[in-house]
Amino acid sequence: MKGNSYLSRKLHSLLGVIPLSLFIITHALTNFSAVEGGSERFKAAVGFINGLPLVNVLELFGIFIPLIFHGVYGLYIAYQSNLNTGQFSYGRNWAFALQRISGVITFIFVFWHVYQTRFQVAIGGITHDQLGMTMHNIATNPLFFTLYVIGVLASTFHFANGMWAFLVSWGITVSPRAQRVSSYIWMVVFVLVSAMFLMSLSAFRGDEFKEAAAALDAIRTIV
Amino acid sequence: MAETTVAKKSIKFVITRQDKPDSQPYKETFEIPYRPNMNVISALMEIQRNPVKDDGNKTSPVCWDSNCLEEVCGACSMVINGKPRQACTALIDKLEQPIRLEPMRTFPVVRDLVINRDRMFNALKRVKAWIPIDGTYDLGPGPRMKETKRQWAYELSKCMTCGVCLESCPNVNERNTFIGPAAISQVRLFNAHPTGEMNMEERLETLMSDGGIEGCGNSQNCVRACPKGIPLTTSIAAINKDTTKHMFKQWLGM
Ligand code: HEM
Ligand code: SF4
Ligand code: FES
Repeated sequence: MKGNSYLSRKLHSLLGVIPLSLFIITHALTNFSAVEGGSERFKAAVGFINGLPLVNVLELFGIFIPLIFHGVYGLYIAYQSNLNTGQFSYGRNWAFALQRISGVITFIFVFWHVYQTRFQVAIGGITHDQLGMTMHNIATNPLFFTLYVIGVLASTFHFANGMWAFLVSWGITVSPRAQRVSSYIWMVVFVLVSAMFLMSLSAFRGDEFKEAAAALDAIRTIV
Repeated sequence: MAETTVAKKSIKFVITRQDKPDSQPYKETFEIPYRPNMNVISALMEIQRNPVKDDGNKTSPVCWDSNCLEEVCGACSMVINGKPRQACTALIDKLEQPIRLEPMRTFPVVRDLVINRDRMFNALKRVKAWIPIDGTYDLGPGPRMKETKRQWAYELSKCMTCGVCLESCPNVNERNTFIGPAAISQVRLFNAHPTGEMNMEERLETLMSDGGIEGCGNSQNCVRACPKGIPLTTSIAAINKDTTKHMFKQWLGM
């Protein structure tokens, strides 16, 4: 089994769906609570996740390790591909190229985003309750906001098109028609999930997240 | 349209040439007299008769490979105006000028437009793209194939190992061990045959080893490029299904 790229490739593909794609959907839903119920609902949503039993174990084995494996192996897959959309500018070939480009962007974005949020919690710089405020500071910084929009669109495209590819790679969508219908469905998913992320991102710009930020700044100046 | 081409009376070519397998490629321009109904091969024959560049200087004749001249052998495959295809069915009247000819660089270049397609044939050997019928005694007649299935399989059997699908594939390159679309489709063909089916697992397992089907990244250029209209991406997805099933069967010890 060792060194068989068929099995490692299958594992890469599977991890892209379970848990990574499931995670990105959960993540979009959690963030959307900021749109629906503002700062309080978002805090509650973050609180709910962190109230899950064995949350650290879930994070490590359910997200972190699969992400590292899929991400690092994904970079290697991207390195193994040529991009020839100049010569063959077909829609699917563009999707192939974008799957690799978005993978590289996602890789950078995810680590930066984790550094700004979860890592700060881990080192005790902020608490879970202050994540909304952290996001407020990021979303109101024009440069960060732009980079986040790019990162979010890249990750969401990678997820939606990746699901399309997964269904082909496992032989679930075989006929051209099944693959076409599947591409329409995942295109819709891409639009919906992107919209959710972008709406949450702009919701974080709202004043109610700022108040928390101001309060913290006040504490910081006192301390 | 016909009038304008007749009025031109000459055809311009920009040909990427290479003297030896390891030497640097270079470009040469040719202008040859127009005749009605020419194709790229007859134009290359014209250059061979009179190997003079458009600047009037003599050069060595351009080398190419061809055989059947009717798009069934695949030998004359090259990149014509940016797309891999057969030179023998590339009609001059339908091509934009200057006509750019290049070798299919996915394969080792032997000289000028001549390439070495050994990897295609090695891939067919690897996956055992044949029906084993030899035995130490007379095995008798094999099972019959249903007529409708035969007609369907005939489409897959049209592959002429031309290599155009590999040339168009972004995952067939020197950094990647991907076997390429053609051999995967041949596995589907020989696994569909009632006698070939008896060695189905063996072919699937070859594709489940290094440099097998895992290299496919679904760019789907191959199905667009194939001159024979072979449903390559459907074949790949079908073999994805068979290999996935086989993987689970192996795990469960079935
Ligand atoms: C961390 C950086 C990441 C990199 C560098 C990366 C890279 C890649 C690459 C290159 C592929 C293409 C494989 C192929 O089509 O042959 C791929 C597939 C995929 N990725 Fe990622 N990825 C990353 C993160 C993610 C994330 C966060 C998700 C979840 C939302 C994800 C979900 C998928 C899925 C579902 C597939 C399709 C699997 C298949 O083709 O069968 N990836 N990834
Ligand atoms: S599948 Fe089509 S493009 Fe590929 S080698 Fe066969 S005939 Fe040529
Ligand atoms: S010479 Fe045989 S395909 Fe062109």
